Amino acid sequence: MKYLDEFSDPDLARSLLRQIHAATTRPWALMEVCGGQTHSIIRHGIDQLLPDGVEMIHGPGCPVCVTPLSVIDKALAIAARPGVIFCSFGDMLRVPGSGRDLFEVRSAGADVRVVYSPLDALGIARDNPDREVVFFGIGFETTAPANALTVHQARRLGIRNFSLLVSHVLVPPAISAIMESPRCRVQGFLAAGHVCSVMGTSEYPSLSQKYGVPIVVTGFEPLDVLEGIRQAIVQLEQGRHETRNAYPRAVPETGNPVARQMLADVFEVTDRAWRGIGTIPGSGWRLTDRYRDFDAEHRFDVTGVHAAESALCRSGEVLQGLIKPHECAAFGRVCTPRQPLGATMVSSEGACAAYYTYRRVAG
Amino acid sequence: MCLAVPGRVVRVSVVDGTPMAEVDFGGVRKDVCLQYVPDAAPGEYLIVHVGFAIQRLDEESARRTLDEFTRLGLLEEEFGEVP
Ligand code: SF4
Repeated sequence: MKYLDEFSDPDLARSLLRQIHAATTRPWALMEVCGGQTHSIIRHGIDQLLPDGVEMIHGPGCPVCVTPLSVIDKALAIAARPGVIFCSFGDMLRVPGSGRDLFEVRSAGADVRVVYSPLDALGIARDNPDREVVFFGIGFETTAPANALTVHQARRLGIRNFSLLVSHVLVPPAISAIMESPRCRVQGFLAAGHVCSVMGTSEYPSLSQKYGVPIVVTGFEPLDVLEGIRQAIVQLEQGRHETRNAYPRAVPETGNPVARQMLADVFEVTDRAWRGIGTIPGSGWRLTDRYRDFDAEHRFDVTGVHAAESALCRSGEVLQGLIKPHECAAFGRVCTPRQPLGATMVSSEGACAAYYTYRRVAG
Repeated sequence: MCLAVPGRVVRVSVVDGTPMAEVDFGGVRKDVCLQYVPDAAPGEYLIVHVGFAIQRLDEESARRTLDEFTRLGLLEEEFGEVP
């Protein structure tokens, strides 16, 4: 397909790799923020082709992986109610809550449906006026515009039996949290390209300055990832720390102003707990007062649910780049994509699942 | 779930007051909401995520990036900066 194949061209990839090798004189630790990039790096073995000492640390940018246990438990509680149709993206179904997952709730008789788009869930609500339809609205800034428009449509069209269980997370506060951690080893970031397609690049230069790290907005095809790495290393080698856009074909500086307007109308910033990491101040979005009626947490009164993580799972350390997945004792033994202990093993963008799928046992 | 992919607009329409398009992803066609790229026209490429166009794919810019990669490669051959 156009602009997928071109950006996986093997000759250009080899050339970019040679340039990365030529530019590198010292070890560097870079973090790719987005799980889509993690997937691409492991799938194409990019981390293994880099110069010795250049390490890719896999960041927390998989929304499935960082959705906190308490929110999964709320989803399970709502889905199990009679009369509810619970709709979700497919990869949330196997994410373990403190007891069960959505698959098990479905086997027990609940009406849990996988949809491709939140608008599909709204269509289900319209077709089933006597049922309560809830959509599990998770994701980063990339996904938020879809959920925002859907709830906006629900209000506009007067579809009252629809609500959103919201757990949106934001990338820039996560970068701050990673840099503020005393165990942080990250020296440069590949920022998530499609997040910036929506939000633009203006949030990042102040982070580059404050923490003295290059931030390169990066795409997802092999050449995109290599170019992001190359630009980060060139900056590090020259002692620079700037925000650069290596994915201009999909990222204008201002992002998507129409989408940002809708986001500002529907969502407001809130503190958000990240699975395995803890609460990061100002790192999420929730519905504004104008849309509170469409907030499933309020409609179903599940605001009080709290839960504790599995003791075995070290996904918190994986998500912060402190260990690689195979360093977890459960990896590939008691924890596999079919029987995941943690969310990082569930989503194909989770680091544990990527390592498992591509048989990566040594970093 | 976070992946967004480029697809080509086949035709546009309006459904319930919302701009929509049929978008082709290498042979697979899907309905995509154009609320955020309302002036997209048939033949254009869009970045699509969970049924929503979030950005136009700038073909000009894609071309330039690829040309830049090629140029960097030629420079490197010429000056032999290969380790
Ligand atoms: S391998 Fe499984 S148990 Fe270990 S950190 Fe990853 S998800 Fe958790």
